Amino acid sequence: MVENRPLLAIFSHIMLILGVVVIAFPIWIMFVAASHPEIRMTQVPLPMLPGGHFFENLDISLNRGMSGMDGNGVGYMMLNSLIMAMMIAVGKIAISLLSAFAIVYFRFPFRMFFFWMIFITLMLPVEVRILPTYEVVANLGMLDSYWGLSIPLIASATATFMFRQVFLTIPDEMLEAARIDGAGPMRFFWDILIPMSRTNIAALFVILFIYGWNQYLWPLLITSEPGMYTVVMGIKQMLEAAEQVPQWNVIMMTALLAMLPPICVVIFMQSLFVKGLTETEK
Amino acid sequence: MARVVLEGIRKTYPNGFKAIHGVDVEIEDGEFLVLVGPSGCGKSTLLRMIAGLESITEGQLSIGDRPVNNLEPSERDIAMVFQNYALYPHMSVYKNMAYGLKIMGLSKAEIGERVKKAATILELTDEQLTRKPRQLSGGQRQRVAMGRAIVREPSVFLFDEPLSNLDAKLRVQMRLEIKTLQASLGITSIYVTHDQVEAMTLGHRLMVLNAGNVEQLGTPIELYQRPASLFVAGFIGSPAMNFAEARIDSMGKTITISGQEALPLGDGGMAEHGGKDVILGVRPEHLELVAEAPDAVPMTVTMVEQLGADTLVHGHFGESRSDLTVRLEGIRNIKGGEVLPIRVSPDHLHVFDPKTERRLS
Repeated sequence: MVENRPLLAIFSHIMLILGVVVIAFPIWIMFVAASHPEIRMTQVPLPMLPGGHFFENLDISLNRGMSGMDGNGVGYMMLNSLIMAMMIAVGKIAISLLSAFAIVYFRFPFRMFFFWMIFITLMLPVEVRILPTYEVVANLGMLDSYWGLSIPLIASATATFMFRQVFLTIPDEMLEAARIDGAGPMRFFWDILIPMSRTNIAALFVILFIYGWNQYLWPLLITSEPGMYTVVMGIKQMLEAAEQVPQWNVIMMTALLAMLPPICVVIFMQSLFVKGLTETEK
Repeated sequence: MARVVLEGIRKTYPNGFKAIHGVDVEIEDGEFLVLVGPSGCGKSTLLRMIAGLESITEGQLSIGDRPVNNLEPSERDIAMVFQNYALYPHMSVYKNMAYGLKIMGLSKAEIGERVKKAATILELTDEQLTRKPRQLSGGQRQRVAMGRAIVREPSVFLFDEPLSNLDAKLRVQMRLEIKTLQASLGITSIYVTHDQVEAMTLGHRLMVLNAGNVEQLGTPIELYQRPASLFVAGFIGSPAMNFAEARIDSMGKTITISGQEALPLGDGGMAEHGGKDVILGVRPEHLELVAEAPDAVPMTVTMVEQLGADTLVHGHFGESRSDLTVRLEGIRNIKGGEVLPIRVSPDHLHVFDPKTERRLS
């Protein structure tokens, strides 16, 4: 749109800047808080400018932990979160690719029935089925394990549906050409289908990684051993550390750390992400 | 190199729709057969049945004296060129051509050799071999698609409207290339098109399909000179043949378009059809403009199209309603509303039965 209306331009800019401030201000506060010594965070007014203890706090948060955390930092929690998020994202993509492949390219009895079965699980996120799922995971002996953290979150109707839509846009001739070239179903899947949907896979990976990283309720429920804690639940527990004044500087530093991996994923996969969601040319 | 034999081939879809009503044809080794017909006539279905992409409901298909009804496409010793090329978008041109060979289990050296050979035939440069399909023009993609077929060194080439995505000029050029290529490789080819010019120029023989039935099978000239049915007569030739309702006299010597002078019938007449109502067909190029002659028919001109090399004159016979197109050589100065004396050569009359729509005589 090419319009020359200064008032409108000023108004839009004010709105945009306001939007940015609303998002950025808490992050700024977080950053500032993470760079002051503990004692400063208990005094009023709260500081608005960064202090000089950033790296010290980083060290406490990562390696030593708060007082009362048995000298463990959140480093291992970050690792747990990373493993869980990776397992969820990779697992979801693998399962969804295969199920979408089956639904689009094979004619088997009750094909549409199964498709709808998968589709209606959209109505059943973890929060809804949390008790029976807990029961199943507990009986399988997967409490306090990476499997228990990730497997119940892996099945994904959204991703299956998205890959189905992607596969439907791939012309039938591609399959026919592959058949004439002598490629069997799995060969076609590996050599043609997956490379052709790689931008969509990347886009989905970004979304699913963040989804996995941000899981809170499920890890909270099934982990009782501190060694399996994830960083998101770790933050919450720092707040509740028994009979203590919350160490806001460390908590904020941990929150900063927890934000980092999702940000990295978004930044480094941004171009693929946009392509995957908008590209239609096949 | 192989003969392809179709015996009583039929196709019925699960929903009961009958797409092909029985096709029998023997395609000789090295022959170029063109399947031609309007869209929905079943020509692509038939080709896909030969390729193995559609199942055969009934009948026997053999390629190189080997029954192939139940073989996978890759086992039938065929290669196919698709209308939209169906190149793998994420692979380079080289990999596109090599993919089938890799699956066949050929050695790297042999694959390289075959691809090189095909690239030379198709005049694809080494630089083009490294590109992705989307970086190529339509004509180049078409070449790559053909290259992918050539490297397989198949017994039969199958072409499914390979030129319809190209612009008119390129289409003519690629048409020639395909013809030259087929002649030099000598590989049996089956080619599907809806374009009758393509069909006429490419095929050794043409099979005209209409609603799943074979209307006629023959050389292009046979189809042009002696169309077996009204459908073939109207389909082959451009501009299309003129048709008019007419009546043969009781002796079978002359034919009369309603309200016009009687025209003599060539070849000693059609005594066995004396007194019959028929449909008369004459090609636009077989109508001549003459100076006042005894057997001339007056034609009222409505429209004139100047093509440079030819002039197409549209109009109708006298007062009759049936439309008529005349093709005259060169540039003519004719205007709408004029009445022209037109002579119909008796050797070029086509007479059809109005009920069965088959050719009489």
